[in-house]
Amino acid sequence: MLDLQGYGPRLLEGAGVTIQLALLSLALALVLGLITASAKMSRNRLIHAIATVYTTLIRGVPDLVLMMLLFFGGQMGVNVISDMLYDSFEIDYYISFNAFAAGVLTIGFIFGAYMGETFRGAFMAVDNGQIEAGRAYGMNNWLVFRRIRFPQMMRHALPGLSNNWMVLLKTTALVSVIGLSDMVRVAAEASRATHEPFVFLLPVAAAYLMIASVSEWIFARLQKRYNIGFGGH
Amino acid sequence: MAATPIPLEVRNIKKRFGETEVLKGLSLKAHKGDVITLIGASGSGKSTFLRCMNLLEQPDEGDLLLHGEEIRFKQTRYGREPADWKQVVRMRAKLSMVFQSFNLWAHMTLLENIIEAPIHVLGQPKKAAIEQAHALLERVGLTARADAYPAQMSGGQQQRGAIARALAMNPEVMLFDEPTSALDPELVGDVLKVMRDLADEGRTMVVVTHEMGFARDVSSQVIYLHQGLVEEAGHPKEVLDNPQSPRLKQFLAPKY
Repeated sequence: MLDLQGYGPRLLEGAGVTIQLALLSLALALVLGLITASAKMSRNRLIHAIATVYTTLIRGVPDLVLMMLLFFGGQMGVNVISDMLYDSFEIDYYISFNAFAAGVLTIGFIFGAYMGETFRGAFMAVDNGQIEAGRAYGMNNWLVFRRIRFPQMMRHALPGLSNNWMVLLKTTALVSVIGLSDMVRVAAEASRATHEPFVFLLPVAAAYLMIASVSEWIFARLQKRYNIGFGGH
Repeated sequence: MAATPIPLEVRNIKKRFGETEVLKGLSLKAHKGDVITLIGASGSGKSTFLRCMNLLEQPDEGDLLLHGEEIRFKQTRYGREPADWKQVVRMRAKLSMVFQSFNLWAHMTLLENIIEAPIHVLGQPKKAAIEQAHALLERVGLTARADAYPAQMSGGQQQRGAIARALAMNPEVMLFDEPTSALDPELVGDVLKVMRDLADEGRTMVVVTHEMGFARDVSSQVIYLHQGLVEEAGHPKEVLDNPQSPRLKQFLAPKY
């Protein structure tokens, strides 16, 4: 059996960090993705332009660079605000910009752009007659979105979302660079200390694979649910 | 002011798509119980005209009145738009549309399709909506298909289901946009029969159609459109049996 040489609990904790980070980033990415998709379909030019700048920027700059920019830049921003609060109101309030928050924000921000493209394509694949029927029956925009566009869009979006999620999950490994103890960082530390990299990295690889398999299963169920009524499956 | 306001009145509707003026000033008054059929060659503007009546298309000019209540418009940089979308939503809930391609919501069963708008738009209790839906399904002969998804139904069944969905709103005016044009010939009869029954019970209907038999037998008024203008209008007996304009004569002549 594997001898984790006492690193077991810390690795498990690291796995917890990875999962929390991935799920929170996913939630943020989904919200940003829906907003971006709506913005890109908007006829308002300014809103459209902002969304285009966002997705272009994200897709053109390496994830790691963005993460460090946000982490260090975020800390500077927090410092400026707390200085201002002290100078103007004598409020002594200081928070350190937390690496976990920086990780969630950066990964959510990055994948929001990719999700946005996925959602946009999926929304455009919904038959316009379905939406017109909603409008013709007195639904307002929100009802049309909630009852028709969203459920019909999802079957087109899910394959892309599933793909994005898998990449997102693996991207969480980057947070070890800004000092967050996810399972990759713990494994790297343990490998260096014990000179037995495989003992620690193989379980980490297996853990990623396990999360990925569970996700596949969940996505398959979602796909089935959103395909109801469309035949084929 | 008349004692009973007119359910639907449109005045001088004009609509351009880019440079092309497709509606050049069309008016129509649908009194209670009227069945008005719009006929004309493709490209004559009849479907666009119908779609202006529930504002799926925004007319560039003209007025729209429901029971004497006028829809308010404003100019935006995208063109003329309703000033108050809440008013539009309220008005659409009183007009039901039946589409050429049915447009039943694909992710819902037939029953769910029928109760959707009554529950979410009109605020009906679910139980009452379901009861009503079953009665309507019986009426259009689809009791056995309540739990089927649209993709599992024939075109004729889908269109009769769509008519049930329209009736569930208890609309004041029903708009039909070529309801039988996408159907196989042997399925047209069932749909027309349902529509005839609706006319017989005094429903107010505006129907875009190519079914001249329906237009002749059922409508109280026939309007023949040509290139966005009314070429001839009146009682079906006059318009269809004794057409004046050469174009309408040609339009009505047997094609083979």
